[in-house]
Parts: sequence; C-alpha cells; structure tokens
Amino acid sequence: MAATETKTAAPPSGLAEFWFYFSRNRGAVLGLGIFLVILCLAIAAPLVAPHSPSEQNRAALLLPPVFAKGGQLTYLMGTDPVGRDILSRLIYGARFSLFIGLVVVSLSVISGVLVGLVAGYFRGRVDTVIMRLMDIVLAFPSLLLALVLVAVLGPGLVNAMIAISLVNLPHFVRLTRASVMTERTKDYVIGSQVAGAGTLRLMFMTILPNCLAPLIVQATLAFSAAILDAAALGFLGMGAQPPTPEWGTMLAEAREFIQRAWWVVTFPGLAILITVLAINLMGDGLRDALDPKLKRS
Amino acid sequence: MTQPMMDKPEPSSLLGAPVLEGRDLTRYYAISRGAFKPSATVKALNGVSFSLHSGRTLAVVGESGCGKSTLARLVTMIEDPTSGDLLIDGQPAHVGDRSLRSLVQIVFQNPYGSLNPRQKVGTILDEPLRINTKDDAATRRAKVEEMMRKVGLRPEHYDRYPHMFSGGQRQRIAIARALMLRPKVLVLDEPVSALDLSIQAQVLNLLMDLQKEMGLAYLFISHGLSVVRHIADDIMVMYLGRPVETGTSEAVFANPQHPYTAALLSATPIANPQGRRQRIALQGELPSPLKPPSGCPFNPRCWRATDECRQIMPALSGDVAQQFACYHPLGDKPPSPPSE
Repeated sequence: MAATETKTAAPPSGLAEFWFYFSRNRGAVLGLGIFLVILCLAIAAPLVAPHSPSEQNRAALLLPPVFAKGGQLTYLMGTDPVGRDILSRLIYGARFSLFIGLVVVSLSVISGVLVGLVAGYFRGRVDTVIMRLMDIVLAFPSLLLALVLVAVLGPGLVNAMIAISLVNLPHFVRLTRASVMTERTKDYVIGSQVAGAGTLRLMFMTILPNCLAPLIVQATLAFSAAILDAAALGFLGMGAQPPTPEWGTMLAEAREFIQRAWWVVTFPGLAILITVLAINLMGDGLRDALDPKLKRS
Repeated sequence: MTQPMMDKPEPSSLLGAPVLEGRDLTRYYAISRGAFKPSATVKALNGVSFSLHSGRTLAVVGESGCGKSTLARLVTMIEDPTSGDLLIDGQPAHVGDRSLRSLVQIVFQNPYGSLNPRQKVGTILDEPLRINTKDDAATRRAKVEEMMRKVGLRPEHYDRYPHMFSGGQRQRIAIARALMLRPKVLVLDEPVSALDLSIQAQVLNLLMDLQKEMGLAYLFISHGLSVVRHIADDIMVMYLGRPVETGTSEAVFANPQHPYTAALLSATPIANPQGRRQRIALQGELPSPLKPPSGCPFNPRCWRATDECRQIMPALSGDVAQQFACYHPLGDKPPSPPSE
C-alpha cells in the first residue's frame, strides 16, 4: 500500500478548512466582500444614511447626483420626485431586500428539501402525488402565480414573500428528489442500512449531505431571484407599499421620470444588479468549498 | 467454533449448527413494462438452499443475472424473500429485525461507491457503533483504531476522506466498517473484482487472515472461479436463479459434474502455457429471466441437452460432498465438448 505518504499535521478545523478552499475562488471572495458590505450597510442604516428615508425636502425635488451638473453634496445620489435622498433610501432598502431574500430562501429551502426528501426516499404513491402537485405549480408562469397569490392574500411585503416562497418551492423539491433518488440506491446507503441505520438517519445523515451541492447553488440563485421577484412585485404595486424604500418599489415609482431624471431609476437598478451578482458569485464558491470531492489530500 | 481455513474440507453436516441457513429461498420482482402491458415477474432467485458454518467460506458463482446479488440482498436483510426461510444463528430473519441485523454485514464490489464521500474514515467506521452500541466516544474511538490497525490502515487515516485513498485501501475501509459490529457472517459481493490483480491478492489474504482471527463465515459472491479457488471451502454454482451444482471446493474443482460448471472452469485463465485446457465455448446468451426456458434452464446452451432436459427441471442430487442438477452429468471422464 502507499507507504510513502508524507506525514500530515493535525487536520485543520472545519472553518479554517472551509475558508482555505473558499478563498481560492477570487470571484467568490469578491462576492462575499460585497455581500458583507451591503449587509453591514443594511444593519447600520440609521447610522450610515445621511437622511431619513422618508424625509421630503420640497426645496430639492429631482436633484441630480453630486457628480452631475447641478448636484449638491448633501444628496450624493440625488433626490427623487418628492425630494427624498436616494442614497438613504437605497441603504434602508437593502434591509428589505436582504430580509426578503433570507426569508424566502429559508422558507422554500426548508419545505422544499423536506418534501423532496420524502418523495425521493419513499417513492411510490407519495412521490406521484407530491410531484404532480409540484408540476401544477410549475405549469404557471412564476411571476403570474406570485401575482395571483398576492392578489388573494392581499398586497404587502409579507404576503409577497410567502407567494415567492411558494413559487420557488417546486424547484427545490425537484432538485432534492432527483439527487435523493440517485443517492438512495448507492452502495454506501445500503451499507449504512445494513449497519442498522434507521429511516431518519438514512434520510438526513447519510443521503441529504450528499445532495447539498446543487441545493446550495439553487439556494443562492433563489436568494437573488427572490430579490428580483420582490422587486418585480413591488414594481407592479403588489409588493412593498409606498413609502417603504424597497428597491423594486423605488423603481416603479420612478418610471415616469426615466427620460427626465435617469438617476432615479439607475441607482435602485444598480443596487439590485450588484447584490444579485455578488450573491451568485458567493454561491458558486460555496458549492466548490463544500464539495469534498474537489478537495486535495 | 473457529475452523482454520486450510484444513481438509469436511462435509458440512459434521460442523454443528450453521450460522446462516437458507431454505428454498425465492425472490420474485414485478416489473412494469409500460402503461398498456401487464406487469411481468422476474424470478431472480428461484429456490436456493444453502448452509454456512462459522469459519468457512461458501462461494456463490455464476454469470451476471444469475441471482447472486439478489441472494446478497436477502441474506443482508435488505429485502425479504418472496418465499422460503432465512435462518441467521438459528433464528428466522426478516427485514426490520434489529437484533439479527448486526450479525450479517456486507462488503460491496465497488469501493468507490460503497463509502460515503461526505464522511471521514473515522466517522464511517464509527457509525455502526454509534447506532448499535451504547459506548462512549472514547471507547468507540479505541475500537475504531483497533479495527483500522487490523485491516492495515494507519491511525492518521482516521481524519481523511475516502476519495484520498486508492481502491485497495478503500476496500480495506469497507471491510473494517463491515467488521465493526463483530458480525458472524460477512457477505462479500465480488469484493476484489474492481481491484488490480496485485491488490486483489492483498485483499484476499487480509480476508483470509481476518476469517481465521475472528471465526467469520464468508458468503463470497463471484462471477469467476479463479478467485474462488483460493478462498472457498464450498461452492455453489448458480444459473438463472437456481443452484446447478454445489459441493466442496475440492470436489467441484477436481470433478465438475454439471456442464455449466465445466464451462465456467474452462473459462478460468491459468498462468501456464503448457497446461492449456480445452476451452468450452458456450453458444448463445443467458436467457431472459422474464421467459426462462422450460425444463433445465441451461438446456438452450448445453451441448448434452436431450428432450428430457427441455421438459423437466432436474433436481439436485448426489452425495454430501457434491450435488448437481443434471440428467447427463459429466461423470469422471474429462469433458469433450465442442471446442473453439
């Protein structure tokens, strides 16, 4: 046998090991950095934001950003049609967007993984019923379904989040089920079974960790998609209601000024773009760092 | 009782109560053939009886599709037989019977699929103890390290992942996991056929040492006879879900009676250019288990088949040392089949 292996030092702790592999992916580190900055801004919004998000300055309607002609230093990114500081609204808006992403992803990942695990593990009639239900949900265009759900539940941020979670659910169920089905028949699962592992142990300790890689990627994608969907719902007037400084709602309010005041739409759009991009980059690195098969010995 | 490996094989009847016994085991699978056809039945295992004693090795040999792996699934209590009885340590075994479960463990063919890629070696070996015993962490760790030493792994391997090991080392890990619960029976499902020739010998030697040391009974599943010759005390040759010849390893190798056994033996390569045997070339394929031929299942490919073979299934007959299911056994004379 391989008798000439070099002696290894004590294995690094889980977190150090994770960081070692995560930090190899430059894009992921960049994404994490941006995400952390946005997160800090959101948490420290009252301290960081130069103005209150709902404070209206009648003297400064549709003021351009500081670097454009006519801009003022007090309003770095200009003001909106009713004289509110766009930068402050964006900083406060990050709170809503991240909150939406977090809640939607948690809701849909937890319920989706549970349902998918049950379907993929037990198969048979349970599987058929679950999957046909999910097919029905998938058959609707996602935004339309979210709109219908919000219309039923009533407009508002919380209802929008519930609707988006429901729309996201089938993706997680399908993904989990597919991975579980391939893992279920593998020898190591049968080996565990022969060693006496019970159903719950097999499902959650043996099979689930091996299905995580695609789920993590899907979860990060869903995080950004949730922000986008919430923005879209906000844009359509079914999500966060004015004067909430939610990014999508901000876009919607500003659309009549696209030609006259480009900054009113550009900055919320950029905020959405940068956040979504950062999270996607981060998710990619996360998957690579969590996959033991990509690790070196 | 521990029976040293290399002793003269005695007839099983002299060895006391078997640790594993199958009586007329069958396993049928219903498979659906699409929406508009009735589902069909595959008789993967069709009446298999055997007994296995501590310290001995029963080799189950046959082509793919003959029911070897189904037998392994029944014996390890992953599935219940459709009919027949499986006795482990004299007690009837069923799926979900936790008290007997730890007595039979399994080592799989492919060491790349049989270890959880997310768990470190230590965790893999620890899991059976964690599930089945009430030992504390330190005791379990000691047991794991002892077992790792036994199978030839070094202590620093405890914190490594399976993908950091070669095939032979992985198979050692798999053997260690199977032995953690001190089973009485180990099912070896082609444990060396995925390994290099030189590693095969190492793993086989390890298995034989462990058998001597722990008094294990092996159910050794293989599709070729060359490996089996080294390790088996008894042999059961299977064809299409039925045993066609059983007996002690010596008797079967020295004097195969069933034409199928003879054909299998002639297909075993020997490393001696002078001692070339006549190769028996079987015609045709293994028949579909969905539509097995009437009479002896081997008759479409057998060069000795007669009308009798095509109509009535022959039963196993013979003495304690060797039994065969054939109307036209080869007898003592060397086989004279159509050669290549």
